[in-house]
Amino acid sequence: MLNLHDIMETVNMIQQENLDIRTVTMGISLLDCSDSDINHACDKIYDKICRKAGNLVKIGCDIENEYGIPIINKRISVTPIAMIAASSGGDPVLYAKALQRAADTTGVNFIGGYSALVHKGFSSGDEALIKSIPEALNVTSNICSSVNIGSTKSGINMDAVALMGKVIREAALLTADRNCIGPAKLVVFCNAPEDNPFMAGAFHGVGEPDCVVHVGVSGPGVVQSALKKCPQSDFGAIAETIKRTAFKITRMGQLVGSEASRRLGVPFGIVDLSLAPTPAVGDSVARILEEMGLEQCGIHGTTAALALLNDAVKKGGVMACNSVGGLSGAFIPVSEDAGMIEAAREGTLSIQKLEAMTAVCSVGLDMVVIPGETPAEVISAIIADEAAIGMVNSKTTAVRVIPAIGKTKGQELDFGGLLGSGPIMDINLSKSPKKFIDRGGRIPAPMQSLKN
Amino acid sequence: MKTVISVIGKDTVGIISKVSAVCAKYNANIVDITQSVLQDVFVMVMLTDISSINCPYHEYAEDFKALGNELGVDIRVMHEDVFNSMHRI
Repeated sequence: MLNLHDIMETVNMIQQENLDIRTVTMGISLLDCSDSDINHACDKIYDKICRKAGNLVKIGCDIENEYGIPIINKRISVTPIAMIAASSGGDPVLYAKALQRAADTTGVNFIGGYSALVHKGFSSGDEALIKSIPEALNVTSNICSSVNIGSTKSGINMDAVALMGKVIREAALLTADRNCIGPAKLVVFCNAPEDNPFMAGAFHGVGEPDCVVHVGVSGPGVVQSALKKCPQSDFGAIAETIKRTAFKITRMGQLVGSEASRRLGVPFGIVDLSLAPTPAVGDSVARILEEMGLEQCGIHGTTAALALLNDAVKKGGVMACNSVGGLSGAFIPVSEDAGMIEAAREGTLSIQKLEAMTAVCSVGLDMVVIPGETPAEVISAIIADEAAIGMVNSKTTAVRVIPAIGKTKGQELDFGGLLGSGPIMDINLSKSPKKFIDRGGRIPAPMQSLKN
Repeated sequence: MKTVISVIGKDTVGIISKVSAVCAKYNANIVDITQSVLQDVFVMVMLTDISSINCPYHEYAEDFKALGNELGVDIRVMHEDVFNSMHRI
């Protein structure tokens, strides 16, 4: 018989501590959908997604009911659309519309992959796709976009960085009547992972199989509750507690992923061991850091606490599943985390501290709302700084900032749902980086790239 | 396939009998049962074999949920593998 204590622990995790499987994401290759006629290509894409993922939502719900574990999102990632657009030419927004139709038919809540990989330069199709991103995000509601502008191996494509500053601003302007939702669905990456199941940055990398299922776990509330039980422990004991908890959370991901893979008849890809917060009470990464002894997230000591958390989550999770991938670590999306929202409102959490935190967390500046008047070159400079951290430290970094058009510091943007609400953070606009951003070209790859 | 039925809530007369009655109604075999009352909170866990139940799985699970609402306790039905994978290597 199973141990009563173990059973109650699991039931509590789900019932009281918001343990869930954040996403089951099916990756689908669209390379065989290329066509010189853009309309044919769109039809092939729609057909292939519906064929492969027609049962995804139903099977996800079946597993949820049978196993009693909430699976919050069922999603799809596809081959970066810029590669398909390269064969056909034409207006890339047609592809976004085809993806939206497929999202509506399959019932998934997001399709990611309106993307381009331009870390070393633009190839045919890339520039047109990037320039079309604001319009694509404006005319669709369930499509996510990402652009990889740098990597440790190739350096940073500063032409793309300059362009992305303008794209983010334009995406915000076009969706200003809908709380500037456009840029909330757009991520700019350095070292983008090809098997990431989390939105908005998910796309299906070219090295991946034709079709694959990835799982992203969550559970900041479970880690916080575990730490509550050891208020006097030293850091060794804290790390051990986080590792044990992460192991248990990840086992859920492995179980759900294997079962989804079996029922869908598609290979199981990876488990992304991430602590992904939501705005709900008791589902916050900031609260874990505060549980460690910081009076509020954002004060001195936050970076060290986050480094310990990020590392312990990986160590605990890695033994619990067959294959680890994606972003794996702790997310720090400001508007999606109750503790971070509070810290940002009170001014304890600044964008400078967030930047430092991104050097040790799993992603980067995520869901940060900035003043509406922030010029494109300043957004580009923010991207360049983040990309530099990722490039030099051989890690993924990303930028998802939302210019709140017509609003300024002290006000808030409310997206609702999982995206939450965010206070507008203070950005240093007193001096301009325009001359730096306008130089163009590429920042060469660092010494760290020369490993062969 | 085996499921774990967990019941948590205020202790009242007849909880085990009512849960067992639902098991019998759907032909689910009770394999093991353990219960305890901790500070007035009733905790019961029942392991059931549902390989020969006479209805679709979701009906079985929903009936327990309804019973929980009726008794004012939280009743959850979960696959045994959830606990095996989380607590055993």
